[in-house]
Amino acid sequence: MKRFVKGMKGAYSALIFLFLYAPIAVMITFSFNASKSRGTWGGFSLKWYIELFGDARIMQALGNTLFIAITAALLATIIGTAAAIGINAMRRVPQGIVMNVSYLPVLNADIVTGVSLLILFVSVGIPLGRISLLLAHMTFNIPYVILSVMPKLKQMNKHAYEAALDLGCTPLSAIVKVVLPEIMPGVVTGAILAFTLSIDDFVISFFTTGAGVGTLSTEIYSQVRRGVKPSMNALSAIMFVVVLILLIVINIRSSKDNRQASK
Amino acid sequence: MSRRRLNPEAEAASARAKMHKKPKFRLSFVALPYCVYALIFVVVPMVLVLVYSFFYHYENGGSFGFTWEFFARFFNFSDPVYMQVLWRSVWIALVSTLICLVIGYPMAYILSRMKPRIRGIVSFLFVLPMWMNFLLRTYAWMTILENTGILNTALQAIGLTDKPIQFMYSTGSVIFGNVYNFLPFMILPIYNTLIKLDGSMVEASGDLGASFGQTFRRVIFPLSLPGVSSGIMMTFMPALTTFIVSRLLGGSKISLIGDTIEKQFLSTGDYGFGSALSVILMVLTLLAMAVMGKYEKEQSATGGLLM
Amino acid sequence: MAKELIRLEKVSMAYDGEEVLKSIDLTINDKEFLTLLGPSGCGKTTTLRIIGGFETPKSGNVYFDGVRINDVPPYKRRVNTVFQRYALFPHLNVAENVAFGLRVAKRPKKEINERVSEMLALVGLRGYEHRDVSQLSGGQQQRVAIARALAVGPEVLLLDEPLGALDLKLRKDMQTELKRIQQQAGITFIYVTHDQEEALTMSDTVVVMNEGTIQQIGTPIDIYNEPQNAFVADFIGESNIVDGVMHHDFDVSFAGGRFVCVDKGFAKDEPVDVVIRPEDIDCVPESEGMWSGTVESIVFKGVHYEILVDSGDARWMIHSTDPQTPGSRVGMKITPDDIHIMHKSDAKVWEEEK
Repeated sequence: MKRFVKGMKGAYSALIFLFLYAPIAVMITFSFNASKSRGTWGGFSLKWYIELFGDARIMQALGNTLFIAITAALLATIIGTAAAIGINAMRRVPQGIVMNVSYLPVLNADIVTGVSLLILFVSVGIPLGRISLLLAHMTFNIPYVILSVMPKLKQMNKHAYEAALDLGCTPLSAIVKVVLPEIMPGVVTGAILAFTLSIDDFVISFFTTGAGVGTLSTEIYSQVRRGVKPSMNALSAIMFVVVLILLIVINIRSSKDNRQASK
Repeated sequence: MSRRRLNPEAEAASARAKMHKKPKFRLSFVALPYCVYALIFVVVPMVLVLVYSFFYHYENGGSFGFTWEFFARFFNFSDPVYMQVLWRSVWIALVSTLICLVIGYPMAYILSRMKPRIRGIVSFLFVLPMWMNFLLRTYAWMTILENTGILNTALQAIGLTDKPIQFMYSTGSVIFGNVYNFLPFMILPIYNTLIKLDGSMVEASGDLGASFGQTFRRVIFPLSLPGVSSGIMMTFMPALTTFIVSRLLGGSKISLIGDTIEKQFLSTGDYGFGSALSVILMVLTLLAMAVMGKYEKEQSATGGLLM
Repeated sequence: MAKELIRLEKVSMAYDGEEVLKSIDLTINDKEFLTLLGPSGCGKTTTLRIIGGFETPKSGNVYFDGVRINDVPPYKRRVNTVFQRYALFPHLNVAENVAFGLRVAKRPKKEINERVSEMLALVGLRGYEHRDVSQLSGGQQQRVAIARALAVGPEVLLLDEPLGALDLKLRKDMQTELKRIQQQAGITFIYVTHDQEEALTMSDTVVVMNEGTIQQIGTPIDIYNEPQNAFVADFIGESNIVDGVMHHDFDVSFAGGRFVCVDKGFAKDEPVDVVIRPEDIDCVPESEGMWSGTVESIVFKGVHYEILVDSGDARWMIHSTDPQTPGSRVGMKITPDDIHIMHKSDAKVWEEEK
């Protein structure tokens, strides 16, 4: 009986994983397909990987995506970390107001955030392009940074900052010397989260970008009607593998740290 | 022991001199840049959406005024075409969410009972697909489900059917796409509450004579409700507002509220009506949150998705 | 002679419209061990934080060595704090924690090292320099926090319920230890606690606070023996507090009898609170008592028995080394100087909240 239950559990998990990974497997497989058709297998080939690097549109979209994601994540991490530290020190009422505003972009549907920013940019006259994209991405990134940093601040001894002041630190040096080292894990998590959200975003980018400035997501969307180029599959396969390796490295390192810490 | 001072006279003097200056700094000030940013890019845009939804404005004549027109167009009971769109969106989102819950809960439970080391790896595998562009993942399903796609080819090859089965471009395929895309958002919050559940509570319940079914119904499930509720929110909201899944897997046949809003802004340029629809969507979000909110306690909005 | 170091003048404080300090006046002398004692929410921690510079009073003045310091930020005050739960920096080891303030002040390395060893020796933690602070016990963390605050050479050390997180045995040891450190360092300690025993053991001066006001300032012996009102009497040690009427000087009636006492200066027939310490009441045979009652219960407390006697109109707590039988009748006897007469005060409000 116990064995049967165990078997059922295994089978169930396997089915779910099949469901989640089937399209990824298909995509990676077809990135090696010699034929351009996405229904038929024309033999193994690396030509899409080679073609990828000659594809100006995709390369430009990749460039835009990375530029936006890195810049937005960086700025969002700085502003968001400072915001979290400040919010944590606020009195109850203003704290509640600011936190509720922070939750808005998280809770609102992406499409609502997207169109509201579009209206803002159009009304104020900010041209749709890299700058508007960057501002939009920061807008939805900052709340996630705040949400990642906040728990670390709450865990921290609430008098640590005051203790630093007490021992002669100015407010700024107290933040740098005492607060930042303690909340660093949350800051890093927030930065990674912001970066991946940026890379992955389609809806908000779709509304806030202008002609000629495509990200990978908007580029894929524009190709869907005509059929997505197999080199796009190739690019995604590469990115997937890169992310996979990165995550494995991070996980191994952090589990090592944990083991050392628990010694 | 004499008074301990580093350099008593000079220091006391300089300390006294410094004491007259008056730099007033509060730690909360470091949130100021963000507050300004949030005001401009979060609050003002929301206000603008409200303004656009209640005021008409003609470029040429430059006239501007209050109007109910945009909301009236939505709440038009003689031709409720937009209400039907919203109703269809809600219905599809509800069904998708329910399926996610039914499929996801057992998975989350199985996951939470695994050994911690394995559990870490397995939950990592759940998050991993989300790092692949979701447009591409959805597109890959088109490759699988099309009439000439992998699944139909396979089914025909083994003789289960002689002509292709129409999977795509139906309500069913949109729901399928939603379930695929949002299932991890259901599993992970539930999983996160289940692993925090104190094992001794389950043992206590058994000790008091409850069978596994009773323990589940009376102890485990009620305690996992915060996770269930945030899972429902995190599945229902994107399913309700998506326009990609419907565009890709539903073709032009299945029009949802997300598609309709997108069209107003990017095709017809009717910002007023688009804003009115956005306002309705916001109100719906608030309602959904109010309903689910009473179960939400410690779950953060991210539901511990990433790490 | 004692020299004034810190003076609070009509200091008030409010959070979100709620008054937590109501115009308090307090003078603290150099090299004094002063304790702010009171129940939670009485304003003692707020007073400490105002002296430390973490809060700015709503009104009133704070003087340090005769200079007004209301707006001087904490990092410019010659006052250091040992925080509740210590607030050690977890990313630094023991020596780095102690050296923190000296490094901020950019002291020469040699001096820092000497000072750190000296401080660790003072608190009895020599040899712990390179330990992680998270590996230390509560008592050891406590000592590091004290060493860290003392290292920068403050004139005043503020301690906010520093022993609250320790277990009973350790708390007793640390009380003696703190007194020794204070004397050895030769500086002023301002100590906040809600534990009356701590306050009485260590302090030169005890300041009893309640609801944002100072109830009494005095030496531990004064506070215990001559409480100024029923609140202080009840908060410090255990007390029997009953209603009485003051007929004339040295003449009071309560518990159905008339007693001679040592108090005077009350209005004629003024209703008063009568306070009698449980250890001041003697149990005697019923016939010899000044008044009598039925023994309700008796509990062995180690040093003494705690006996509850019901006299009909009141219930009396008596500490005695001789046991009594529950249900039996006993007489109670006191001497005039055991009776403490107090004006009726709003401290009754506190009594009800409790």
